[in-house]
Amino acid sequence: MGKRFLIGVVAIGVLGILGFGVLAWRPAIAPIAQPAPGSFAPALVAKGEALAGGGYCAECHTAKGGRTFAGGYAMATPFGVIYSTNITSDPETGIGTWSEAAFARAMQEGVARDGSLLFPAFPYDHFTKLSDDDVQALYAFFMTRAPVRSPAQEDGLPFPFNIRYLQAGWRLLFFRSGRFEPDARKSAEWNRGAYLAGSLSHCGACHTPRNLLGAEKAGDAYAGAAIDNWIAPPLTAANPAPVPWTQEELFSYLRNGVSVLHGSAAGPMAPVVHGLAALSDQDVRALATYFADLDRAGERLASIGPAVARAMSYAPLGAGQDFDADARLYMAACASCHYNSGQVPLAVRPELALNSALNLPEPDNLIQVVLRGINAKDGIPGVVMPSFAPALSDADIARIADYLRRTRTNLPPWPDLQSKIAAMRQIVVGSF
Amino acid sequence: MTKFHINGRTVVIDAEDDTPLLWVIRDMIGLTGTKFSCGIGMCGACTVHVGGRPTRSCITPVGSVSDAEVTTIEGLDPQGQHPLQKAWINLQVPQCGYCQSGQIMQAAALLKDFPTPSDQDIDAVMTGNLCRCMTYVRIRKAIKQAATAMRKEASNG
Repeated sequence: MGKRFLIGVVAIGVLGILGFGVLAWRPAIAPIAQPAPGSFAPALVAKGEALAGGGYCAECHTAKGGRTFAGGYAMATPFGVIYSTNITSDPETGIGTWSEAAFARAMQEGVARDGSLLFPAFPYDHFTKLSDDDVQALYAFFMTRAPVRSPAQEDGLPFPFNIRYLQAGWRLLFFRSGRFEPDARKSAEWNRGAYLAGSLSHCGACHTPRNLLGAEKAGDAYAGAAIDNWIAPPLTAANPAPVPWTQEELFSYLRNGVSVLHGSAAGPMAPVVHGLAALSDQDVRALATYFADLDRAGERLASIGPAVARAMSYAPLGAGQDFDADARLYMAACASCHYNSGQVPLAVRPELALNSALNLPEPDNLIQVVLRGINAKDGIPGVVMPSFAPALSDADIARIADYLRRTRTNLPPWPDLQSKIAAMRQIVVGSF
Repeated sequence: MTKFHINGRTVVIDAEDDTPLLWVIRDMIGLTGTKFSCGIGMCGACTVHVGGRPTRSCITPVGSVSDAEVTTIEGLDPQGQHPLQKAWINLQVPQCGYCQSGQIMQAAALLKDFPTPSDQDIDAVMTGNLCRCMTYVRIRKAIKQAATAMRKEASNG
């Protein structure tokens, strides 16, 4: 009995390993002779270029100071550092010998040309929803990029995360292959937005929380998450901004990098606006329509007026002759740009009372922006916020953050501000 | 290397990205109307415009103004005849003068945002611009005089 049981266990184990091997195994797709750039229709290449913008491909596939699409960008994941790869048409170090079928399989199935399983740091769990036509256009675009010789860097993943075969288990648990399916009850514009958000623009990659194995939690889509020491706020009705994100505000934010009732696109959101610049107004409006529906702005329109009025009632605070030292510090450091008066804020004076950075449970985004500032390319185009890292001490920034939270919201104070700022300063100064 | 535009001309600056814009403006480009004072963005003497917005150049890294339009006191008006500059002369606002280019640049942005500024608007927006000679009363008066002149100009235009 004991022996038969043991044999049974071993047999199941062997079958399991074999089964896993079968599951994990993907054939290589034969390399092709590099297609001549002229063999792709210019219109298709142009379409692919716009899509590559809307998918921010350059953002992750370009190293800091490196050649565009040549890879080498370091992604700090909870499992270790992963370096992006070269997606120029270089035959040896890029994807120059990849057939369209190999490219499509990588995009939609997460399998490289040689059959190895890609890590989901490459968001193929989103790109699987891309239409075949869009994948074809992306292929045409990348195959016509000038080849850049740039070999892949060794990933910094510790054992066992570095074993690509084990990705088969992750895929079994979390990856569902399949194209986008429109919702017949919704408008064409809504469906276009849902398609772009869920596939190409992979909004959930930052805005959806992940489980311990790094997969997006299916039931918590767009519920907000921490990413690269910033907070990607919820895109649902749980978004903490005092004013709901309407289609108009979302469009303005995504198209121009700033919304008068919410503020500027900063941090990891700035490259999103840069990338979306390649998409048409209709596409950006479709994204806005989709997310305005997701956060149910339509049901909350009546709250906008009172919320704006409340924010504007805070605007004069600190401008008087009082001797609240916190208020004086805020007035000296911030109010020259952030003060507003009248009925509505000015777009060029981002109203902090309305900003999600002040209304999130975590102070991370406010601290990040104060320390780093915002460069001319990000947020409001051509305008900068200085970097207060060399100017304000941890204690000063804590006082300003605490003062704003205390006087501009009804929310509880942020705990441990000063130590949090000190920790963030290390990260920010190291990244300059 | 950072390329940007200053007072209408394009400059390419060979400096580390984290070099303060103020150093570049004064020491590399040679425009000395913008002043260094506190160095931590708390006094306003170094205020210039970036993209038309008042900006403390002492804490603005030059790398962050790549391709942007920077305007200094020298470029506010080609003839030095901005309504604020006229009001400043008319009311003899400066005493020692050190903070005044920053005051005028901040005030110019104030009048764009609030063409009819209340005392509260002026206090709030100008609080970050310190004047050790205490010319605040004349600054406030000059801002109002310039606002009136600009409204007249606009209605005549």
